[in-house]
Amino acid sequence: MGRISWRSVGLGLAAPVGALVFALLVCGIILSITGHPPFDVAEDMIGSLERPRTVANSLNSATTYYLSAVAVAIGFKMRLFNIGVDGQYRLAAMLAAALAGASFMESLPSVVRILMTILAAMLVGAVWSGIAGFLKITRGVSEVISTIMLNAIATALVAFLLNPDRLAVTVAGSNNIGTAPITEGGQVPGIPYSESSSDVFGLIVLAAVVGVAYWFMLNRTRFGFDLKATGQSESAAVASGVNVKKMVLASMLLSGAVAGLVGMPQLLGASHSYSLDFPAGLGFTGIAIALLGRNHPIGMAFAAFLWGALDQTSNVLDLSGVPKEIVVIMQGVIVLSVVIAYELVRRYKLRLEQRDVGRALGTTKTPEEAQA
Amino acid sequence: MNVAVRTGTVHALVGENGAGKSTLMKILYGMQRPDEGTISIDGTQADLSTPADAIAVGIGMVHQHFMLADNLTVLENVVLGDEPRGGGGIDFKAARAKIRDISARYGLGVEPDRLVDELGVGERQRVEILKVLFRGARILILDEPTAVLVPQEVDELFGNLRELKSEGLTILFISHKLDEVLSVADDITVMRRGTTVASVSPGDVTARQLAELMVGSALPVPELRESTVTDTPVLEVDGLTVTAPDGRTVLEEMSFTINAGEVLGIAGVEGNGQAELVEALMGIRPLQAGRIALQGKDITKLSTRKRRDAGVGYIPEDRHRQGVLLEATLWENRILGHQTRAPSVRGLLLNRAGARADTQRIVDEYDVRTPNIDVLAGSLSGGNQQKLIVGREMSGNPVLLIASHPTRGVDVGAQAAIWEQIRKARAEHLAVLLISADLDELIGMSDSLAVILRGRLVASYDPKAVTPEELGSAMTGAGEGT
Repeated sequence: MGRISWRSVGLGLAAPVGALVFALLVCGIILSITGHPPFDVAEDMIGSLERPRTVANSLNSATTYYLSAVAVAIGFKMRLFNIGVDGQYRLAAMLAAALAGASFMESLPSVVRILMTILAAMLVGAVWSGIAGFLKITRGVSEVISTIMLNAIATALVAFLLNPDRLAVTVAGSNNIGTAPITEGGQVPGIPYSESSSDVFGLIVLAAVVGVAYWFMLNRTRFGFDLKATGQSESAAVASGVNVKKMVLASMLLSGAVAGLVGMPQLLGASHSYSLDFPAGLGFTGIAIALLGRNHPIGMAFAAFLWGALDQTSNVLDLSGVPKEIVVIMQGVIVLSVVIAYELVRRYKLRLEQRDVGRALGTTKTPEEAQA
Repeated sequence: MNVAVRTGTVHALVGENGAGKSTLMKILYGMQRPDEGTISIDGTQADLSTPADAIAVGIGMVHQHFMLADNLTVLENVVLGDEPRGGGGIDFKAARAKIRDISARYGLGVEPDRLVDELGVGERQRVEILKVLFRGARILILDEPTAVLVPQEVDELFGNLRELKSEGLTILFISHKLDEVLSVADDITVMRRGTTVASVSPGDVTARQLAELMVGSALPVPELRESTVTDTPVLEVDGLTVTAPDGRTVLEEMSFTINAGEVLGIAGVEGNGQAELVEALMGIRPLQAGRIALQGKDITKLSTRKRRDAGVGYIPEDRHRQGVLLEATLWENRILGHQTRAPSVRGLLLNRAGARADTQRIVDEYDVRTPNIDVLAGSLSGGNQQKLIVGREMSGNPVLLIASHPTRGVDVGAQAAIWEQIRKARAEHLAVLLISADLDELIGMSDSLAVILRGRLVASYDPKAVTPEELGSAMTGAGEGT
């Protein structure tokens, strides 16, 4: 029904592809200056993608990145900046891990255990982001400030709870501490990937479901329409009958609930415990991916995979003596240039369409002319 | 498209919305490039690809929406982007002297050290004019400069323009307001659909002839046919009181009733509570006291959405702020304000097919000029956006239509279409609240008229017996109402 025109698809791709090419160029120059032949480096990285293990790991990274990006995108669609996905997922993963590892869970069937863990994580994420939403609608506190502060509070809270006197145990054979390990019934088995030694997270399916649900919510439901309308013009949404305060709270809760899922694939698929070395900072990666994928469910999937692949293939660089930070530079340049590129394309598209409308109307006869 | 402007004159450019006035201005100011054709200034061909080129050849633009930083002084605003250098910094002393000099020479009365924040609209506009003069402009483009001004300020502006003209500057003046054009211009060029259709001098035409040149056909007249007023009250407002966030009372003890098939016109100088009244009726602004009933049912406590569902259609005063989503397609805009009603939705889901089909119906019935319903609302002209809004608000069987400045900023063709829709609404026994600054529209389209002054309804008139002059004096509080 929604007509797809090749022009709009082409223009849609122009920005991310352009940004990617630009980033490659910048990195190529940096590599050349520092005395590393850029083409050899690229060949090494692409070559490492031929190993199934790298692909499986890239998919795993992409799964968590994608969930994080969707959480951010729900806010972005309403012009809400949920910078707090990071704190939300860490707190959620920690508390959910403590629940999943608790001994009373042993007696429950596996499906119930997993569902309870996931729901607990969503609940914690939603509560944590809900605090920011509540502050915004009652006191007008900017969600940017409150979520950043809530990140710091989450860090402190996790550190406080992750103590052998409270929710943590010492991990056997190391000086690491973490929540009680989740026994097999509470884990989500991986999906074997060709000859890779590491499996793909079973919860990659969850990421796909979240992506489809996100798309459906935005494009097919009244709630999604209200959300987008509020993001585009709050005053017009209010006049159309949208209760903006309710929408702010609802979208913050939803964003937080999805943020709660971010740690789940790693927790239930690999770590099986929330310990000191649980991956941190994924919430910020989510912001970059939501920007690159333009809050689009498919765009973000590509962006998440690109990010994951860049991360994983960078491991090979250590072997050839190239600093792997070059990848971080590349990711940074991509995000910066894509934001600019999207704005340029947006303006160009608007101009193009205005011209089209003008042209279409200039050639069709108006009723008066037709009668004359 | 051809136009020749003589040095030292005020040249007016008139035309409907979408006639190409703004495009022409953008080309002259280097914001857009022409596909074909040339621009010559004093006989030499100019290549204007950026605003900087335009400034270099002495063209300056005064935008409709002011581009001033409120928290800076006049001086700082004027030099911004064109700072006179001296002694390793900005030479404010020289700039101040230059501003005083320009201000005195053209009688602008601009004080360089005042904060822009403290200035009124008319003064801000003079700062904008001064800004372009400061950059050495000899040709000034003014885009709808009177749109934001009250009548006295318009007179002052015209005084300034005559002053500028007598100093040998050339002024290109874009406007819809034909009386103003006739009073200030030396030459008038009329544009229609991207071409110049006539060049006239103000002595030879009347405002009506000019308007007909703009539209290319006879002008519509706002008028109602036989009365359709019934005695069934639709909207009853009783003791409505609204205070602004700063505690000021903006509406006081307002009471009125609109019956089915009746158009109640509200006349008033802008800022006397009209916007607040509309927002209070729509449930956007909280009430201090009072009661609102729709078809006998108390709706005072209902949300905006519930009120809309109960059958309130709303044509907002500022369509870009409240009426449309500029970056959404036409069919998505059809859903706006109807998120709970068929055919746009089915339960909690959107009904895309239904919304699209109904958008097509509106486009056809209301003559919205658009290539298709998938274009963004922002790429339509103002008149076509407004027709889409009217069509949308008339769908879903409303019982009350709140029309706030429904024909503001739309072209004459769209104006006629909108008036016709209001007549049709009235014939279908809707109650209509019409708020307008156009007194001819109010008198012609209303069954009864009330005057709003400082948040109170101070007088009511029979539109058949009242003249615009009487109404005008009641609006300023000078006349005695009955």
